Amino acid sequence: MHLSHAHTPSRLQLNPQGRLRHFLTTEGLSREQLTEILDFAESFLDPDGAITNQPLLAGRTVMNLFFEASTRTLTTFAVAAKRLSADVVNIDIAKSSNSKGETLRDMLWNLEAMTADVFVVRHSQSGAAHFIASQVTPKVAVINAGDGRHNHPTQGMLDMLTIRRHAGDFSKLTVAIIGDVRHSRVARSEIYALQTLGAKEIRVIAPRTLQAKDFQQLGVKVYERLEQGLEGADVVIALRIQNERMESPLLASPEEFYALYGLTPEKLRYANPNAIVMHPGPINRGVEIASEVADGNQSLILKQVNYGIAVRMAVLALTMQGQLTTRGEG
Amino acid sequence: MNQQRILLHGGRVIDVARSIDRITDVLVEGDRVVALGAEARAAEYTQQQTITGCLVLPAFVDLCASLREGEKQHGSIASESKAAAKAGFAHVVLPPNPKLVIDNAAIVAQIQEKSQQAAQVTVYPLGALTKGLEGKQPANMHALTQAGCIALTNARQGMANDETLLRCLEYAASLNLTVFFYPEEPSLANGCAHDGFTASRLGLPSIPRVAETIALAKQLLLVEETGVKAHFSQLSCKGSVELIRIAKAKGLPVTADVAMHQLHLTDAAIDGFNSLAHVRPPLRSEEDRLALCAAVQSGMIDAICSHHQPLNAAAKLAPFPATEAGISALETVLPLGLKLVREGMLTEDVLWRALTINPAKIMGIEAGTLHRGGGVIVVDPEKAWSIAPETLVSFGHNTPFLGMMVQGKVLELFR
Repeated sequence: MHLSHAHTPSRLQLNPQGRLRHFLTTEGLSREQLTEILDFAESFLDPDGAITNQPLLAGRTVMNLFFEASTRTLTTFAVAAKRLSADVVNIDIAKSSNSKGETLRDMLWNLEAMTADVFVVRHSQSGAAHFIASQVTPKVAVINAGDGRHNHPTQGMLDMLTIRRHAGDFSKLTVAIIGDVRHSRVARSEIYALQTLGAKEIRVIAPRTLQAKDFQQLGVKVYERLEQGLEGADVVIALRIQNERMESPLLASPEEFYALYGLTPEKLRYANPNAIVMHPGPINRGVEIASEVADGNQSLILKQVNYGIAVRMAVLALTMQGQLTTRGEG
Repeated sequence: MNQQRILLHGGRVIDVARSIDRITDVLVEGDRVVALGAEARAAEYTQQQTITGCLVLPAFVDLCASLREGEKQHGSIASESKAAAKAGFAHVVLPPNPKLVIDNAAIVAQIQEKSQQAAQVTVYPLGALTKGLEGKQPANMHALTQAGCIALTNARQGMANDETLLRCLEYAASLNLTVFFYPEEPSLANGCAHDGFTASRLGLPSIPRVAETIALAKQLLLVEETGVKAHFSQLSCKGSVELIRIAKAKGLPVTADVAMHQLHLTDAAIDGFNSLAHVRPPLRSEEDRLALCAAVQSGMIDAICSHHQPLNAAAKLAPFPATEAGISALETVLPLGLKLVREGMLTEDVLWRALTINPAKIMGIEAGTLHRGGGVIVVDPEKAWSIAPETLVSFGHNTPFLGMMVQGKVLELFR
């Protein structure tokens, strides 16, 4: 149509040289750009998987703006920033502020004036990180730490790193994502990244109430039965079911969800015998996944957390570089 | 009233209500054409204008425009009447909303007074169907219509239950009043975008088509039950067209309109979280858009409205779901309509019918034709202009068509 797409997230997150200057979504980035993030993240991992510090953000200020409560993501971003020698400021807005448009803009400008270099943003509304990136000066990099149902790109990329390290070549992999796809920002980030990285097949498995409308147009295969969806899968990702869904018309009960879609050792046998199991956490044991699977030898759930720090270090450093190029300091 | 007699020379005169479409001279006196052709030339006139290449049309009639009276930060009757007049509209229907609850004669009088002070267009309030728009008890419908409301509506506010709706419609039917509906089931409308691929990709809470069709189906059944005259405004999907087709085939006293932007845009317009395309009902699929265009062309949808909703800049500056829905639309109706004609989606006579005589008939006013005193406009259909904050008169610059070059401008409104 006749509308300008100059403001699409995928454009907004690149500087004029085509380098990352915000990280808002995995959608629309090239395979080279995604691979660069993964390679850079790997560079922070020594052979046994431990993380090495690098002072790439010394003298820079990273502000964590969390409009929605989160302990894990906030902590891993703070740890990642500190391992890069950045000054870290955590601002817990969830408790104090209303997030109405103008107030939000005023607040951003105030924070910007305190010489922030990076905003790490979590917000309950889809598009919030994109909105914030469109409102701040070119001097601040915005990293999306989860916006509503839209994207959680660093989670998506840490899952890609996990897959690459433990399952190998994307082009040979069938990846099955189970659960609340409709409301999941993690699933969206994973799907866009998996497509760009050339995964052989991407499947989503959920009852119709938790499917996203017309998602097959994205090129994913949609399954309503767990057993069929798991058949021959190399990577199995269980999504978290938010507590609020339990008391909505979307689900009958946690027990029934577990009976139909819970990842138990028996169900997992439908997948490839070497399949890896992932979950973005926090886990609802006995709802999405059985403890035997979560803690079993196919599970990489704890590794994911560790890779999360490396990926966030990579994204912080890359977007900062992109900002510096934009500022002409690069 | 302007008692000048102006001879418009050399324009193409179009009045679909009277099957007139020819290049001729017309004599305009005040708000009407009093003579055509040789008769016009032979009469005395005070002024002559040559308008070669232009169209002479009845002034447009809009079935729905929010003028934001009482919401000064977004506009007012004064500001938006100016925009309407500039866009060729002489008659504008103003629906109630929770911020402008038109449920008593005093409010109606106040709206009329402000509209008269603005002296740009005639504003026709719709009265609230229920007291306070609360959906519980019928408003004083007789008093509202005596005060000047042309019809009643509960806007997008839900009804307490089906019985209340049934009784309100029975009551309206016994007073021979028309009821306007904006079909939407509230429990299915907790979203900000069409439930389709784009909303799925962007992770936006969505509103399925069935939110509209389930409400419309119910309302049509109650129209059949009560015999009340009903107008359905701002239909957004193919399924709604089907339901209207069935109702009309049964001979029910129903009419329908669609907002101009629904004939142009789909949910693809919200990509990139473009809040300027955030509107309710939401922009739907290409299949829906084509069905709506075809329904206007076939006459199944009787009229095109602006669904004008001016908003200040801050209303659109927030994460997409937190932005206010609405498009500042009055001033783009003519060029967008002409664009549909150029693209072969509508024939010209259908476009003019949908903007003049049909909405006038739905409202029951003497307008939409050249000789009845509903106003006359002169349109340059080729005049190119760019949709931009500088070129818009409305207080609201919130249009997804910003930056677009269009053709078609109203040069004059006689009223």
